[in-house]
Amino acid sequence: MNATLPILSIDGISKRFAGPYSLTRRLQGKPPLAVQALRDVTLEIHRGETLGIVGESGCGKSTLARCLVRLHEPDGGAIRFEGEDIARLRGGERRAFNRRVQMIFQDPYGSLNPRMTVQQILGEALSVHRMRPKAEIPNRIAELLELVRLPQDAAARYPHEFSGGQRQRIGIARALAVEPDVIVADELVSALDVSVQAQVVNLLLQLQERLHLTVVFVAHDLRLVRHISHRVAVMYLGQVVEVSTSEALFTAPRHPYSKALLDAAPELDPSRRSRTVAARGELPSPLDVPPGCAFASRCPHAFDRCRIERPLLTPRGHGQLAACHIEDFGAPPAQ
Amino acid sequence: MMGAASEKSGLIVRGLTTTFDTPRGQAIAAADVDFDVAPGEVVGLVGESGSGKSVTLRSIMRLIREPGHVSGRVEWRGRDLVAMPAEELRKVRGGEIAMIFQEPMTALNPVLPVGVQIEENLVAHTTLSARDRKARALELMNIVGIPAAERRLQEYPHQFSGGMRQRAMIAIALACSPKLLLADEPTTALDVTIQDQILKLLLDLRDRLSMSVVLVTHDLGVVAATCDRMAVMYAGRIVETGTVADVFRQPHHPYTRGLLGSVPRSGAARTVLQSIEGTPPSLTNLPEGCAFHPRCSFATERCLKERPPLETVGAPGRAAACFHHSQVAAAEAIL
Repeated sequence: MNATLPILSIDGISKRFAGPYSLTRRLQGKPPLAVQALRDVTLEIHRGETLGIVGESGCGKSTLARCLVRLHEPDGGAIRFEGEDIARLRGGERRAFNRRVQMIFQDPYGSLNPRMTVQQILGEALSVHRMRPKAEIPNRIAELLELVRLPQDAAARYPHEFSGGQRQRIGIARALAVEPDVIVADELVSALDVSVQAQVVNLLLQLQERLHLTVVFVAHDLRLVRHISHRVAVMYLGQVVEVSTSEALFTAPRHPYSKALLDAAPELDPSRRSRTVAARGELPSPLDVPPGCAFASRCPHAFDRCRIERPLLTPRGHGQLAACHIEDFGAPPAQ
Repeated sequence: MMGAASEKSGLIVRGLTTTFDTPRGQAIAAADVDFDVAPGEVVGLVGESGSGKSVTLRSIMRLIREPGHVSGRVEWRGRDLVAMPAEELRKVRGGEIAMIFQEPMTALNPVLPVGVQIEENLVAHTTLSARDRKARALELMNIVGIPAAERRLQEYPHQFSGGMRQRAMIAIALACSPKLLLADEPTTALDVTIQDQILKLLLDLRDRLSMSVVLVTHDLGVVAATCDRMAVMYAGRIVETGTVADVFRQPHHPYTRGLLGSVPRSGAARTVLQSIEGTPPSLTNLPEGCAFHPRCSFATERCLKERPPLETVGAPGRAAACFHHSQVAAAEAIL
């Protein structure tokens, strides 16, 4: 899979959101406050894989997902879809990109128009992208409902008549209506109850196999990400701190933050309890990111260099990348 | 029924039933809930949204307003909280029994400094002088691990981060050294590393102050990591109870089994999760017989007509409400 051109490549993108420019800051001659949501993020997404993006709130994972579908324009860097810079796409090419990369949102209540029936919601997607001649649309809608396992009578109903899990299925059906290559799922199941979560996750896994989709799965739940991803990128305060295969990340994390995140997630085995805190302290303010490594203030292994120099994402073997000055962190002991 | 609790100093809940009159008929939010909490014990109430876990917790403190109605017995140190006069109950609330909530931003008063809110509790329940109250407030801030306590006492809730707000709320709850802490999803709104800190703080406090804790959560991982015993709720009823180790090792109710199977676990990447089909029933329109039967793969004729009582299975304190509990227990292990 690695030999071929990645379907999406993210090349050093950054994104800042400016806050209000207060009078006091103006008078003091200071620049407006700005949140650095993404700082120099580089990632590759390969055809047919599921890339999980994990991190806590404020780490920039949703901003990254939105940049991927051009809901945000990055301030610097470029995102390439099959080698083409997506910011330069115009007209028909742009529409084709919009069709081929689809996003599913977290909130199934907020992302469906409450005044449109399921038939209208799906039909709109089909006609906007001219996927089918008008006469074939009802058949295609029936097919899509079948695909996401909703009953056929769902077509004439409104979003409020469905439960959360069913609504998320409508969201999936809408994304699939236009036969995309890439699905960007932002916290797809985090608003759902556990038992319903499992149904939607199973559906996503099956659809991916069947339709050969590439999936970018953004979530804060490590267990879930481990379960469905081939590869995982861990983000902290706007940066990718580790990229690795799912298995390697969960057996031998190479970044102290990844390890803290793993240790903090409660184990499902009551016999493996621990009373030590996984990571002390809290996230620094994204308005005022410290120089050096963003995790240094919470890292038990931090030394002087970490507070001055920002570590870069460097290879750690077996396709694993980590951004830490301690290069052998988490490495298996030498033979 | 959980028999492990001693009678004198713990909490004994018997037949607790909470109903709400709604335009669509009577909703039975909690029905015939029985459980005990021994001194120093952490009991987890687990379930999905609408299972009645939060309502049960609020009913213990009589925090149910019209059109809600609470019946049954809640015995605390030999006194019945449900029948207690309101004046007397006020002394117990916030004194011997304290409660913390999911959303600290709405539970804290936004226009009062945190220090004032801690002292409010001391004014209500103790005879401490103003100076002693201040000293106690400072001590509490240190106990819950809020740095720069002196300055933080002057600050308002919006100046605190989510984790720090939850710590402040715990400080308020602990002000009068309660013997029982009722915690309603205390970490659901928090990031995983902060959740880990708060849960470990609660366990440390339990040890230091020898208080009991009732922890309501939807997250089985949280239960596995913190509780001694657990009760699983479905559609307003307890369907299974026991020690955490026993329930996780060998669930006796199909719902518990399904819930455990729904959570992704290590070593099973990209496999189909054992989801529970369907969705939880509406509380105003519960199915006949066992409320879980429409979603249950073990259901037989009898389950459609008759509701299974919560009966002891195996060891004392271990109970399940299922006619087929021995079959469920014998089914292939899912862990």
